[in-house]
Amino acid sequence: MQLKMTEKDDAVILTVEDERMDAHNSGNLKERMLQLFDEGKYQLVIDLSTVRFIDSSGLGALVSGFKNASARDGSLRLCCLQPQVRSMFELTRLHRVFEIFTTLDEALENQS
Amino acid sequence: MSKRVELNIKVPNQTSYLSMVGQIGESLAFSLKNYRGNRRELAYHLNLCLTEALTNAIFHGNASDPEKYVFINISASDDDLIIRVYDQGRGFDIDARQKINAQPCDEGGRGVNIILKLMDEVRCVKEKGVNVLEMIKFLH
Repeated sequence: MQLKMTEKDDAVILTVEDERMDAHNSGNLKERMLQLFDEGKYQLVIDLSTVRFIDSSGLGALVSGFKNASARDGSLRLCCLQPQVRSMFELTRLHRVFEIFTTLDEALENQS
Repeated sequence: MSKRVELNIKVPNQTSYLSMVGQIGESLAFSLKNYRGNRRELAYHLNLCLTEALTNAIFHGNASDPEKYVFINISASDDDLIIRVYDQGRGFDIDARQKINAQPCDEGGRGVNIILKLMDEVRCVKEKGVNVLEMIKFLH
């Protein structure tokens, strides 16, 4: 999975640069997030603007990041979801778990 | 599409083929000339159900064995789409998996429930000793 990392204040922004998140590549995101937690970076924003397709494995990787961030008093926020990706969060009711923002700026403004 | 179209696909037991198989489902949705529903939504759902079913076959049915194969049969008419996914292993008990209702913060356990929500009929059967996950979508 192609991931671009940028930092703003205390937040790390991980931009997924693949159109698909599935069982083939979601493990990379999970590992990258665990590396960041090991480095003491607990405030993550995941930019999904490029992602056109997400399956249960992709959702599972994001849930893993969310749980690990929460366990460290950090946060994992999502932004810039395409409509069909957003619909997957609603189908699985994960929109009630994640904080989802329309834009990256909004996600950063609401960073704890 | 007046005659039933059949596609038979054989892929190695590897996740690198998920995208290719999912794309076939999307292409099929756009080729259904008489379909009157939301075509983009159907395309996404077929991509998703094929991806979830193939992932299940790779990890659970074929136990991640790279020497094995997954066989997929797609049969489409104006009335319905029937997708059958065959693995070479132990298959999986869809009733048992259905009972594992993923809690909001569970990392796994959503794949089968996604298929059950999006397809009209889903069942696991054995055909000549081979495990088959059959998914049917009615198009009217």
